[in-house]
Amino acid sequence: MMSHIWLIPFFPMVGFLINGLLGVRFKRSWIHVIAASAIGLSFLTTIILFVDLMKVAPEARHFEDVLFNWIVAGKFKAQVAFLIDPLSIVMALVVTGVSFMIHIYSGGYMEDDPGFRRFFVYLNLFVFSMLILILANNFLLMFVGWEGVGLCSYLLIGFWFEKDSAANAGKKAFVVNRIGDFGFVLGLFLIVATLSQHGIWSLDFDVVFKNAPLFSTTTVTAITLLLFVGATGKSAQIPLYVWLPDAMEGPTPVSSLIHAATMVTAGVYMIARCNVLYSMAPVSLEVVAVIGALTAFYAATMALVNNDFKRILAYSTVSQLGYMFMGVGVGAYSAGIFHLMTHAFFKGLLFLASGCVMHAMAGELDIRKMGGLKKFMPVTFWTYMMATLAICGIPGFSGFFSKDEILWQSFHRGHIVVWLLGTVAAGLTAFYMFRLTFVAFFGKPRMDDELKHHLHEAPKVMTYPMIVLAIASVVGGYIGVPEVLGGSNRFEKFFEPVFTGGAAHALAHASASVEFLMMGISVAVAVIGIIVAYLFYIKNPELPVRLANGMKGLYTLLYNKYFVDEIYNSLFVQGTKDFATFLWQKVDVGIVDAAVNGVASLVEWSGGMIRKLQTGYVQTYAFSILVGGVVVFVYFFWESLF
Amino acid sequence: MNLNQIMTLLPLIILASFAMGILLIGAFAKNAKGTSTIGYIALASMVFVFLSLFLFVGKGKMAFGSMMRMDVYSIFFNLVFVVIGVLTILASISYVKITGIHSGEYYALILFSMIGMMLMASSTNLVMLFISLEMMSIPIYIMAGFLRNDDRSIEASMKYFLLGAFASGFFLYGLTLIYISTGATSYQAIANFIAGTQRWNLSKLIWVGIAFITIGFGFKVAAFPFHAWTPDVYEGAPTSVTAYMATGVKAAAFAALVRIFFSVFSPFQHDWTSIMWLIAVLTMTVGNFTALVQKNVKRMLAYSSIAHAGYLLVAFVAGNAMGRSSILFYLLAYAFMNIGAFTILMVMAKKNDYHEDLDSFAGLGFKYPLTALAMSVFMFSMAGIPPTAGFIGKFYIFSAAVKSHDYWLAVIGVLNSAVSVYYYLRVVVYMYFKEPEEEIPTYRFSAPTVFSIVLAVWGVLQLGILPGDILNIARHSIMALM
Repeated sequence: MMSHIWLIPFFPMVGFLINGLLGVRFKRSWIHVIAASAIGLSFLTTIILFVDLMKVAPEARHFEDVLFNWIVAGKFKAQVAFLIDPLSIVMALVVTGVSFMIHIYSGGYMEDDPGFRRFFVYLNLFVFSMLILILANNFLLMFVGWEGVGLCSYLLIGFWFEKDSAANAGKKAFVVNRIGDFGFVLGLFLIVATLSQHGIWSLDFDVVFKNAPLFSTTTVTAITLLLFVGATGKSAQIPLYVWLPDAMEGPTPVSSLIHAATMVTAGVYMIARCNVLYSMAPVSLEVVAVIGALTAFYAATMALVNNDFKRILAYSTVSQLGYMFMGVGVGAYSAGIFHLMTHAFFKGLLFLASGCVMHAMAGELDIRKMGGLKKFMPVTFWTYMMATLAICGIPGFSGFFSKDEILWQSFHRGHIVVWLLGTVAAGLTAFYMFRLTFVAFFGKPRMDDELKHHLHEAPKVMTYPMIVLAIASVVGGYIGVPEVLGGSNRFEKFFEPVFTGGAAHALAHASASVEFLMMGISVAVAVIGIIVAYLFYIKNPELPVRLANGMKGLYTLLYNKYFVDEIYNSLFVQGTKDFATFLWQKVDVGIVDAAVNGVASLVEWSGGMIRKLQTGYVQTYAFSILVGGVVVFVYFFWESLF
Repeated sequence: MNLNQIMTLLPLIILASFAMGILLIGAFAKNAKGTSTIGYIALASMVFVFLSLFLFVGKGKMAFGSMMRMDVYSIFFNLVFVVIGVLTILASISYVKITGIHSGEYYALILFSMIGMMLMASSTNLVMLFISLEMMSIPIYIMAGFLRNDDRSIEASMKYFLLGAFASGFFLYGLTLIYISTGATSYQAIANFIAGTQRWNLSKLIWVGIAFITIGFGFKVAAFPFHAWTPDVYEGAPTSVTAYMATGVKAAAFAALVRIFFSVFSPFQHDWTSIMWLIAVLTMTVGNFTALVQKNVKRMLAYSSIAHAGYLLVAFVAGNAMGRSSILFYLLAYAFMNIGAFTILMVMAKKNDYHEDLDSFAGLGFKYPLTALAMSVFMFSMAGIPPTAGFIGKFYIFSAAVKSHDYWLAVIGVLNSAVSVYYYLRVVVYMYFKEPEEEIPTYRFSAPTVFSIVLAVWGVLQLGILPGDILNIARHSIMALM
C-alpha cells in the first residue's frame, strides 16, 4: 500500500477534473456526491495507510513514493514524490477528515448558490493542493502545493466577486501572501545555493536535513527566518496577519476549511517539517516563539470588542495559530501539531456553526442583532458549545490538553514571557468566546419579527458533520493525555522519529507538582474569563458599555484593530500606488508604449510593403526565383574561388 | 535483388499496393459511405506501414546498391510521414464529403506522394533523389487542383506546377553538375571523391551544383526568395491538401537536404553558411511580417509556414548535432500543430463558404469551447509558448544557434518569434474576446475529425511536456546519418 501514496491527492484531483470539465451538465446532487466522495476516498486511503504505517516499527515509519522526474536541470533534480511519515500522515488525516465533513456540510450550505459547481471545483482543487503540500518529499513540490492553496484561497475568498468587498479581500489575501511567499522562495534559493557549493543539488527533505550540518549557524538562521516569513504570510502571524479577518468575505465553509482548519496551519507544518533546521538556529526559534506569543495575545485583544460573528472567530484563529507557533517555537514540535489538530476540529466546527447561524439569520453577522438563538437552533448551539469549551481549555475537552501542553512546555523550557503572554491570551480567549456565546445564543432575541419567524435549525446534511466534529472536539485530546494525568502522551511518542532533532529529551524531568500548578493556573484563568463574560453580558449588561466609555481610548484602539490596516495602507499601499502610477503614466505610456507602438506600426507598414511583392502573377514569382537563383549562384561561385 | 532488399522496401510496397487497390475500389465507390470506407482503408495502410517500420529498428540497411538506406534517420522521418498521413486522412474523411472531392483518387494520391516522401528521406543517390522528389511532387500538383469548381484551386495547381517545374529544372541541373564534376551519383562515392581531392583541385562546377540544388530545395521548403508561390497555392488548395503539403513536403525536403548537405557536402559547410544565414533570416522575417497583415487565417498559416521554414533553416545554419536533431524534432512538432490548426479550418468549411477569415473565429470560444481550446493550443504552440511542442522546438533551435556562437541569428530568430505571437494570438483574441458579427453556423464534428484534433493536441502537449524521448531518438537518428 505504501507505493500508493499518490492515491491520496489523486482522488481530489479526479473530483476536480470531473466537476471542472464535465460538471456543467450535472445535477447539483451529483456534483456534491462526486466532490464529497472524492475526499471521502482520499480519507479512506489515508486511514488505510495510517493503519499500515502503525504496523511498522516506529523508526522505520518513513516511506517515499516516487512518481516521476519532474525537473532535471544540469545536476539539479527534483521529483514528484510523496512522503509518508508520522507527521505527514497525521496532517493528511486531519486535512482529509475535516475536509470530508466540510464537503458534506457545504452541499447544504451552498444549495441555492448559482456558483455551486464552481465552489466544489475550487474546493477539490484546494484539497488536492493541500495534500501536495503535506505529502511532498521535497521543498519544491511543497512549494507547488503552497502556491496552489494560496490560489484556491484567493479564488474562494473572492468567490462572490461581484461584491466589491469580497473581490478586494481576495486581492488583499493574495498580495499579502505574495510577500510571505517571496521570503519562502528566498529561503529555498539559499538552501540550494549553499548546498550546491558542497556538490549537493537537491531540495529533497531527506537530503537537505541529512546535510544540515554543512550549513553555518548564520546561514541556517537566515534560511529558517526566511522560511518563517513565508509562514507568517500563510498562517496569518504578525505582521502579515491582516488578510485573514478580511478573508471572512468568502463562503463560510471556506472560512472553516481553509481559513481555520487546514491552509492557515501550513506554516506550522512547514516549521515542524523543518525541525532539524530550526533546532540548529536558536535565534530563529526564539523569533518564532515570540512572534507566536505576541500574535496569540494581540489577536485575542482585537476579538474582545468585535461585533461580527465570523470576524471574532477569525481573530481567534489568528490567536490560536499564535499558540501553535509558540509550541514549535519553544521546540515542542509535537505540541504545536497537537494543537493544530484539535484546533482543526473545534475551530472548523465553530465556523460551521456560524454558517448555520448565518443561514438562519439571512446572512446577518452582527451579534448585537442576535440573541436567544439557543432555543431556535439546539443542535447548532450544543455542537457550538462543545467547540467553545474546547477552545477555552476546559478540562476534559480536546483544547485543554493541547493548549496546556504548549503552555507547560513554554514554561518548562524557560520561556517565561512567552508563557505569560499565552496564559493571559487564554483568559482573553475564554472571555471573548463566552461573550460571543452569551450575546448570540442567550438572552432575549433582538432580531426583528420577520427574521425571528425565519429562524430555523439547519438541515441534517449540515448538522451531522457538525456532530461528528463536535465529538472529535471533545475526545480528540485523549490521544495526547500527559503523563502527569495518568496518560502516556502517545501523540508525542508517535512523532519521536520525526522530531528527534528537537531538544525534548535533553530536558530534565520536571516535577509533577509544578506541572499540576501550571495546569491549575491555565484552568483558573479560563474560568475567570468565563465568569467575567457572564458578569458583563448576562448579569449586568450595562457594565461593558460603561467600561467602554470609561476607557474610550483603549476601546477605540481595539475596535479599530490598532489602526494597522490604516497604517499599512498609508505606509505601503499608497506609496506603491503612487510609484506605480508614475511608472504607468510616465514610463510605460510615455516611453515603453510609445516605442512598442512605434515598432508595431513600422512592422505592420513593412508587412504591407512586402505584401505588394505578392502580385499573384506566375511571371513575377518565376522572376523572383530567378533573381534569387542568380544571387545564390554568384555567391557560391565566388566562394569556390577561395 | 534478393528477398532482403525487397524487405527494405516493405513500407513502400505496402503503400503502393494500397494506393493501387484504392484506385480500383474508388471506381466503384460513388456514395458517401463508400467515400468513408476508402478513407478508412487508407488509414489502415498507415497502420501497416507503421508496424512494418519496426522491422528496421536498429539496423542501417543499404539497398539496391547505393540507391537508398533504411537507417534510424529514415525510420524517424517515415514515422513523421505516418503521423502526417494519419492526421491528414482522419481529417479528410468528412472534409472530402463536404467539398465533394472524388475520393478514390484523392486517397491514392496521398499514398503515392508519401512513397516519394519516404524515398526522399532514405535515398542516397542523386538519381534516386530526383525521382523521389518528382514522385512526391506530381501527385501534389494534382491534389492542389482537386476542387475543380473553385477557381482558386485550379489556379493553385497551375501555379505550383509551373513554378515547380521551373525549380525542378534548377535542381536537376545541379545534380547533373555534381555528377559531371565527381563522376558519381552515389552519396558515398561523391563524398569519397570530395574527401580524396584537394579543395583547389575540385571542379568549380561542384559549387555551382550546390547552388542549384540549394535553389531546388529552397523552392520546396518555401524559403525566401523562392517562396512566392506558397501563399497562393496554400490558400487555393483544398485545406486537407494544404495541411499535407505544408508538413509533409517540408519534412521530406528537409530530410533530403540535411542528408545530402551533411553527409556529402559537409566539407563545404563554411561556404554555404553565409548564404544560408541570409536566406534563413529573410525567410523568417518575410514570412512573419507578411503574416501580420493577413485577414484570412488559411493565408496567414501559409505565411507562417514560410516563417517556420525560416526557423528550420536557423537550425540548419547552426549545423551542429543539436541543430540537426532539432530540425527533426521541430518537423514532428510542426506536423502536429499545423495539421491540427488546418483541421479546425476544415471543420469550419462549408460547401459555399469556407469560413477562413478571422471574423469567422469571433466568439468561437463561447459556442464551441473545446474547439477553440484546441485551436488555442495550436496557436500557442506555433507561437512557441510553453508547455507546447512549439516552445521546445524553438528552444532547441535557438540554443543550437547560440551553441554555434551565432548569437545574432538566435536574436533575430527570437525577435521574429515575438512578432509572430501577435498574429497567432490574434486568432485566440478573436475567439474569446470578440462578439461574432453574424451568428456562428452549426459545425459538424465527425468522429474521425475529433480524433484527429485530439491526437494533434495530445502530440503538441506530449512533445511540449515530455520531449525527452523524442529528442533522444532525433539525436540517434542524426548519428546514424554519418
